[in-house]
Amino acid sequence: MAIEVRIPTILRSYTDGEKAVSGEGQTLAELIADLESRHTGIRERLMDGEELRRFVNVYLNDEDVRFLEGISTKLADGDSVTILPAVAGGA
Amino acid sequence: MLTLTQELYEQIVAHARADHPDEACGVLAGPTPAPKDGRPQRFIPMLNAARSPTFYEFDSQDLLKLYRDLDDRDEEPVVIYHSHTATEAYPSRTDISYAGEPGAHYVLVSTAECGNDEGPVSFRSFRIVDGEVTEEDVRIVASYEADADVPV
Repeated sequence: MAIEVRIPTILRSYTDGEKAVSGEGQTLAELIADLESRHTGIRERLMDGEELRRFVNVYLNDEDVRFLEGISTKLADGDSVTILPAVAGGA
Repeated sequence: MLTLTQELYEQIVAHARADHPDEACGVLAGPTPAPKDGRPQRFIPMLNAARSPTFYEFDSQDLLKLYRDLDDRDEEPVVIYHSHTATEAYPSRTDISYAGEPGAHYVLVSTAECGNDEGPVSFRSFRIVDGEVTEEDVRIVASYEADADVPV
């Protein structure tokens, strides 16, 4: 089962510059483990321990996974996952 | 160096004044790949989902829409701007830790002196790459075609 993963500019150093890569997994956690097996170092940029980093947004199709089941969100063949860095900051 | 038009400059400043004392934020988009000195084309004010005088954050759904839209138009976020409303126009530690667009010009506007009113604003631009901040000159032009400096 293949899931398309859209990679933001800041993480393309892990994907040889590719804007999108393909991955596998029943859940987002499994997908990230699968990506890590081919794009070493990417997990550390997405996760802090067992949680998604605060400043990384991950969408399943059009939905922020924080409003689904987070890292346990279930995936299906043909799903599209988009990773975007949060745009945030403050004084 | 960041080069931008007077119109875009004034749109950012007006947004920052209007939202004071909360931080205002948004993007100037332009065709990708952008030239080294920026030359953005399109003003895209964003809602500060934090509605805070000390923090800004694009709403996560707005962020997704923005990036889809930029992708469809073959554009990139040339400038990411936000205001500081009580402090100087310099990236804070939070700004640096969140900076996720190594190719963008990060514009900071301070409304600490002027508030909602006409009055002096500070408008500065930075590159933030791997936690390292480099300030750059800002050049304001009437139009990219005419390419003549405008005093502000």
